[in-house]
Amino acid sequence: MLHRMLLTALVAGIALAPFYAEAEGKLALKSVNVDLPDDNSMFPDGPGADAANNNCLACHSASMVLNQPALSKAQWQAEVNKMRTTYKAPVDAKDVDEIVAYLVTIRGVN
Amino acid sequence: MERYYPSRILSSRRQFLGGAGAATLALASAPALADTMIKLPLPGGPDERPITTAFPEKGALILQRTRPPMLETPFDVFDQSVFTPNDRFFVRWHWAVIPTEVNVDTFRLAVHGHVNQTLSLSLNDILAFPQVELVAVNQCSGNSRGYFQPRVPGGEWSHGAMGNARWTGVRLKDVLDRAGVKAGTVQVRFTGMDEPVVAEAPDFMKSLAIDHARDGEVMLAYAMNGEQLPLLNGFPLRLIVPGWYSTYWVKMLNDIEVLDQPDTNYWMKTAYTIPDTPHASIKPGETGFKSVPISRMVPRSFMTNIKAGDTLRASAPTLARGIAFGGDAGVSRVDFSSDGGKSWQPAQLGKDEGKYSFRQWQISFTPPAAGGQVLMARCTSSSGETQPDMPNWNPAGFMRNVIEQTAIVVA
Repeated sequence: MLHRMLLTALVAGIALAPFYAEAEGKLALKSVNVDLPDDNSMFPDGPGADAANNNCLACHSASMVLNQPALSKAQWQAEVNKMRTTYKAPVDAKDVDEIVAYLVTIRGVN
Repeated sequence: MERYYPSRILSSRRQFLGGAGAATLALASAPALADTMIKLPLPGGPDERPITTAFPEKGALILQRTRPPMLETPFDVFDQSVFTPNDRFFVRWHWAVIPTEVNVDTFRLAVHGHVNQTLSLSLNDILAFPQVELVAVNQCSGNSRGYFQPRVPGGEWSHGAMGNARWTGVRLKDVLDRAGVKAGTVQVRFTGMDEPVVAEAPDFMKSLAIDHARDGEVMLAYAMNGEQLPLLNGFPLRLIVPGWYSTYWVKMLNDIEVLDQPDTNYWMKTAYTIPDTPHASIKPGETGFKSVPISRMVPRSFMTNIKAGDTLRASAPTLARGIAFGGDAGVSRVDFSSDGGKSWQPAQLGKDEGKYSFRQWQISFTPPAAGGQVLMARCTSSSGETQPDMPNWNPAGFMRNVIEQTAIVVA
């Protein structure tokens, strides 16, 4: 019975007027001034963490990396190369191997 | 249970708009918001993400990345209306230099290039064009990327990098006609106010063919769901490209360039390209395929009131409900299976808000015997396109539209 009542309520709900009323006339747009949150998160400690912190975080949060699935060394190498050559990240050439090794340690394929 | 009542849902709109999306989340399950984590069942993980309320004009969203912001809509939001509230609408930026201040008096939109007259339009100039409205789904090319197997690098989204809104603005065609597009035009390129941290990096720019740009449907929107755009969704102007992936929906749009040559910039030629194959699918590791820019969306459907792992009662009438969209066409039908795809029944479709909108579907069914079962919903678009049985795969994790499976327990 309860399910029947729920179903009836739902069907009635679907038939209701649109959730949002249509905009009447022209909207008055208001200037906006907001703050975006900072992100001071660093990479987890380990060999190469300093290189990752120093080279990666100017452009993006560590979470972008930490949310990645396990990737092969070749895939991580390709990601670092893409950041350097395509996105022009000023990653010091001497740091590349260390960063790749670090990424494989924290998010590598076993 | 109470969250299933539409009246309750409607009454909570004020809470959404007030930025207290927390109320909704609390209805679903979460105890304290500050340190709430959400589990996204991405195969192999990492599968935990924080829920954040730290972003301006935004309620509770899944934090994929703080900078540049990538915020995902928690899936329970899609059970509440076919319209995604502005403060729960997903957010995705490519570059971290995002203006945090927009002055509506000094903002200008430039229209230039292969035109008779270069324009510099104020927002008042834009508001003076005929106003149009359209409901359309905005979906990231990589929505659901986290479900690709083998996994691929990128934004590791669950299914919430999409939303549906009523967009209000002006026709791109009208703006282009004001400038006067010259003969020989091939494309129109769009650029927003965001910039890369490293100046030499490729600025984010997207282009549409001139006929598409002048089709009368592509819009410059200044409002969504009856209110001005949140800054993070592109205030003050966003390009609306109905039926096409979000990559074309340029945010904070301030530059329109009419081109007499095809656009070969990085974001058209290299990024956001897909294999030119059925379902943009290749075998993992395959090379040598032709790539083309991603473009139109494809049909998808989702169950919104039953989650994987839920326990349903055997022999008890049960309601399944969800949303579907046809991609670049309307929803013709949604079929439902409660036996893992062996048999299908047509679901009842909700109100039609237009061919580019989410459409709600529902069906009552009776879970047969105790044990495990897989629920599935399959959308067929009004152009006759149906979701595939097998997942696609490509290295960028684009264009997933396989029939999703929800494994439940019957007890």
